[in-house]
Amino acid sequence: MIRYIRHAAAFCLLLLVALLANAARVQVFEADELNGNPANRRTTIDRYDQPRGDILVGDESVTGSKDTGEQLAFERTYRHGPLYAPVTGYASQTYGTSLLENAEDDILSGTAPILAPLPLWGDVTHSRQPGGNVVTTVDDAVQRAAYEGLGGRRGAVAALDPATGRILALVSSPSYDPGVLSGTGSSVTDAWARLNRSAARPMLNRAIRQTYPPGSTFKIVTAAAALDAGVVKDPDAETDTPSPYVLPGTSTTLPDEARGCERASLAEAIRVSCNTVMAHLGVQVGLEGMLDAVGRFGYNDDGLDIPSRVARSNFDRDMSDDQLAQSSIGQFDTTATPLQMAMVASAVANGGELRRPHLVDRVTNAAGGTVRRGDGDSHRRAMEPATADRLQRMMVDVVENGTGTNAAIDGVRVGGKTGTAQHGVDNSGSPYAWFISWAQDPDSGRPAVAVAVVVEDASAHRADISGGGSAAPIARAVMEAALDG
Amino acid sequence: MTATTAEARPPELRLPKRRGVELSLLIGAVLISVYGYAAVGLARNDAVPPDVSGYGAGLGLLALLAHLAVRFRAPFADPLLLPIAVLLNGLGLVLIYRLDLETPSDRAATPQLVWSTLGVAFFIAVVVLLRDHRVLQRYAYLSVATALVLMTVPIFFPAVNGAKIWIRVGGLSFQPGEFAKILLAVFFAAYLAANRNALAYTGRRIWKLQLPTGRVLGPIVTIWLLSVGVLILERDLGTSLLFFGLFVILLYVATGRTGWIAVGLLLAAAGAFVVGSFEPHVHSRVQDWLDPYASIDAGQGPGQLAQSLFAFAAGGIFGTGLGLGHSILIGFAAKSDFILATAGEELGLAGLTAVFLLYTLLVARGYRAGLALRDPFGRLLSIGLASILALQVFVIAGGVMGLIPLTGMAMPFLAQGGSSVVTNWIIVALLIRVSDVARTPRPDQPPGVIAPVVEQEPPDLGPHGRSGR
Repeated sequence: MIRYIRHAAAFCLLLLVALLANAARVQVFEADELNGNPANRRTTIDRYDQPRGDILVGDESVTGSKDTGEQLAFERTYRHGPLYAPVTGYASQTYGTSLLENAEDDILSGTAPILAPLPLWGDVTHSRQPGGNVVTTVDDAVQRAAYEGLGGRRGAVAALDPATGRILALVSSPSYDPGVLSGTGSSVTDAWARLNRSAARPMLNRAIRQTYPPGSTFKIVTAAAALDAGVVKDPDAETDTPSPYVLPGTSTTLPDEARGCERASLAEAIRVSCNTVMAHLGVQVGLEGMLDAVGRFGYNDDGLDIPSRVARSNFDRDMSDDQLAQSSIGQFDTTATPLQMAMVASAVANGGELRRPHLVDRVTNAAGGTVRRGDGDSHRRAMEPATADRLQRMMVDVVENGTGTNAAIDGVRVGGKTGTAQHGVDNSGSPYAWFISWAQDPDSGRPAVAVAVVVEDASAHRADISGGGSAAPIARAVMEAALDG
Repeated sequence: MTATTAEARPPELRLPKRRGVELSLLIGAVLISVYGYAAVGLARNDAVPPDVSGYGAGLGLLALLAHLAVRFRAPFADPLLLPIAVLLNGLGLVLIYRLDLETPSDRAATPQLVWSTLGVAFFIAVVVLLRDHRVLQRYAYLSVATALVLMTVPIFFPAVNGAKIWIRVGGLSFQPGEFAKILLAVFFAAYLAANRNALAYTGRRIWKLQLPTGRVLGPIVTIWLLSVGVLILERDLGTSLLFFGLFVILLYVATGRTGWIAVGLLLAAAGAFVVGSFEPHVHSRVQDWLDPYASIDAGQGPGQLAQSLFAFAAGGIFGTGLGLGHSILIGFAAKSDFILATAGEELGLAGLTAVFLLYTLLVARGYRAGLALRDPFGRLLSIGLASILALQVFVIAGGVMGLIPLTGMAMPFLAQGGSSVVTNWIIVALLIRVSDVARTPRPDQPPGVIAPVVEQEPPDLGPHGRSGR
C-alpha cells in the first residue's frame, strides 16, 4: 500500500507542477498579450486613473481634467472647446483620441518613456508617470481673430510664422466642443452620432484634413516655377499669351474674368489674376518642371506631421498639356489644404526658404521641466531667393493695386493673392473663396505671419464669393493680431 | 518550514510533540493575515482599517482556541496543519474584504468570518469528541446514506445560477454537497479497507486485466454512479469530477491495480466527451476553455474566463499589491469561484505560488500521516481527505486559469462560501486526528502489526474469502 500511496502523492505533485507551469504561462509568457488585449479594461482604467496632462496655448491651458468618481475616474475638459478643437482634437473614453490629443497621447497619459525618471523605469515598474504637458505654438489672439473672422461660416484658416514654421492659428469652422465626447454613456454616443450626421461636418479639421482646389492662389506656385525655370526672365515683360487661350491639343478655350490679360506680363497676370497667362506658363515650364516646383512647396507629400498627419495636397503626376494648363491655375485635379497654401505664402515671405510647419513648441513633464523641444529647425528651399523677392513685390502689388486690397494694413508690408475656385461636376458647386497672404513690419527684418484663408459658403451668391471679398478681411484680421503679438 | 524536516523516524523513538512550533507558526499566520488586512486599507484609503485590531484579535482567538484543542486532545498531531489552515482562511478573509470594497452593497467578509468561526467550532468539536478515527469505520453505510440524502435534497430546491446545489432556509443558504465529500471519503475508505484484498485478487482475468467480482465491486460502483449521477442532475460538475478522482485514487491506493483504473479513466474520458458535446451547460464551458476570447471576437466583450485570465496576467510576477487590482471586472462569482484571480492579480505569480505551496504542504502532510499510519482505514481516510483538497485545488485553479474547462467549485478556505469553509475545517480536524494517531509513539506495539479489525461489520459488506491465485 505504501508504494501506491507514494504513486498517488507523485500524481498530486504532477497536478501542482501543471498548475505552476500554467500560472507561469498566463502570468509571465502570455501576460503582455493579455494586458494588451483591447477588451481588457485595465489599460483603460489605468489610463483614466490620473489627470491627463494639459495642452497649453502660451501660458494658459486650454484643457483640463475632472474627477468623475466613476470607474474611469478622470474625464477631459476643454476651456474653449470649439475655438481650439482643430488644435487639440478630442480625448474620449468612448471614442479614443484625435489630433494633438492623439499624436501626443503617450505624453499626456504619462506612458512616454521620456517622462520616466530613469530609462526603462516604466517597463520595470509597470507604472505611469503623471501626465506631461504639451505647449503649442498657437497664439491665442491670432487663433481668436481667425475663429471670429470665419464667424461660423464653413471654412478654415491656417497661419504660420514664416521664419520658424510655428503654427500660429489653426481654425476650422463650424467647430464643435470636444468636451461632449469626453466621457462614456448615452449622452456621449448621442453627441458622437449627431456630430457625425451633421451636414456641416464640424469634426472635420478643414485646415489640415480637407483639400480644396486652390484656384488662383496656386498661380504663386506656377509663377515661382516659371521664374526658377527661366521661362520668365523679366516679370514686367510682355508674354505671348492670347486671351482667351486655347488649351493645347484641344479646341477648348480658357477665358479670363479679368480685363487686360491679352499678352499680359507675369506681374500683371498675378495682380489681376489672369488665367490664360498662368496656364500658358505652366505648360511652358512643363510637367517635369511643375512637379519639381510643387514638390518643393510640399505638394504630393504623404508624410507631413505637425505632429498630426496633414492630408496630401495633390498635383497630378501624369497629365496631358491641357490638363497641365488647368492644373497650373489650381483647377483640374490640383487640390491643397489651407495649411499647404499658408506654406506657399510663408515660403515667399521667408525669402524662398520653407520652414517645416509644426504645432508643438515643447513638451514638459508634470513639474514643468522641458523634456522635448518642437522640431523647428527643419527647412528646405522652395525657390531661389531672387524669385522670392520678385514674388513678394508682385504679391504686395496685388494688395496695393490688385484684387487683394481688402487685406491692406496701414504701415505694414502686406503681400497676398486671391483665389476663387470652381468645384463640383461642371463647376456646379458654389465656388470656394481663397486668400493667401503674408505681412511684415517694415521695421522688422523678417516677416511676421503667413496666412491662408478658405471660405466655402454655400449660401453666398456666386458673384459675392471671391477671395478678395470674403477671405481677405479675415486674413487681414489674422495678420493684425499676429503683428500685435 | 524547518520543522517539516525534523520529523524523526523510526516510530519507536519518542517523537517531539511540536506544539510550540505550531503555536509560533500560528502567530505568524495571524500576523500575515492582519498585515494583509492593513495593506488593503493602506492601499485604498491611505489608512489602516479601524477594525484591524478587532479582526486580528478575532482571528487570533480562533487560532488560539483551535491550538488549545489540539494541544490537549491531539498532542502528537502534525504541527503544520493548523497554521496552514489558519493562514489560508485569514488570507481568504483579506481577499473577500478587499473585494467587498468594490461592491459596497454586497458585503461578504463578515458572514465569512462568522462561517469561519463556525468552522473552527466544528474543528474543535471533532478534535475533542473524536478520540480515534477508527470509530468512523463503523458508520460507513450511515455515512453513505447521509451523503446521498444530502446530495439529493437540493434537487427539490430552486436552482441558483444554473446549479441545484443549494438549500435555502430563511436567509441562510447551505450547500450540502460539501459535507457529502467527507462522508463519501469515509465510506470509500472503510469499504476499500475491508475489501481491498478481495478487490485486488479475486475475479476473472481477462487478457492482462484482473477484474474483480461484481459482488465486491458492485456496491462501490453503484454508490459512485449514484453520487456522480445526482451531481450531473444538479449540474455540479466540479464536484462530480472530484468524486470520480477521489474514487480512482482510493481504489488505486487500496488495490494497486492500475489496469482497470486505466479502463475507468478511459470510460470517464469518453463520458466526459459525450457530456461535453451534448449537455449545453457543459458544452459552453468547454467552448469557453477552447477559446476564452471568442466572445470578444464576437463583439460581446470578454467573458468570465477571459476576465479571469486578464486578471492573472495583470498581476505578472510580483502582482499589483493588495487592493490595487481590478479583478472585480470578473463580476459574478469574483469572491467565490474566481477568488484565486484576485490573489493572482494582487499578489502576482510569487504570491500565487506561495498559496499553491501552502495547499501542497497541507496535502503532503495528509499523505505523510497516511504513510505513517498502520491501519488501512486510517491510511485510506487520510489519503482520501488530502486528495479531496488536492483535486479541488486543481479543478478550480486549473479552471479559472484556463488549464482545464471551468467547473464551479470553491477554492478551499480562500473562497466565499460557508459550507465550504466549515467542511474544510472538518477535513483539517480529521487530518489532525489521524496525524495524531500516526505520530503517537507506541512502544508496546511491534511495527508491522495487522490493523485492528472492525468489530461490527455488516454481514453484506463483502466477501472475505481470500481466493488464492
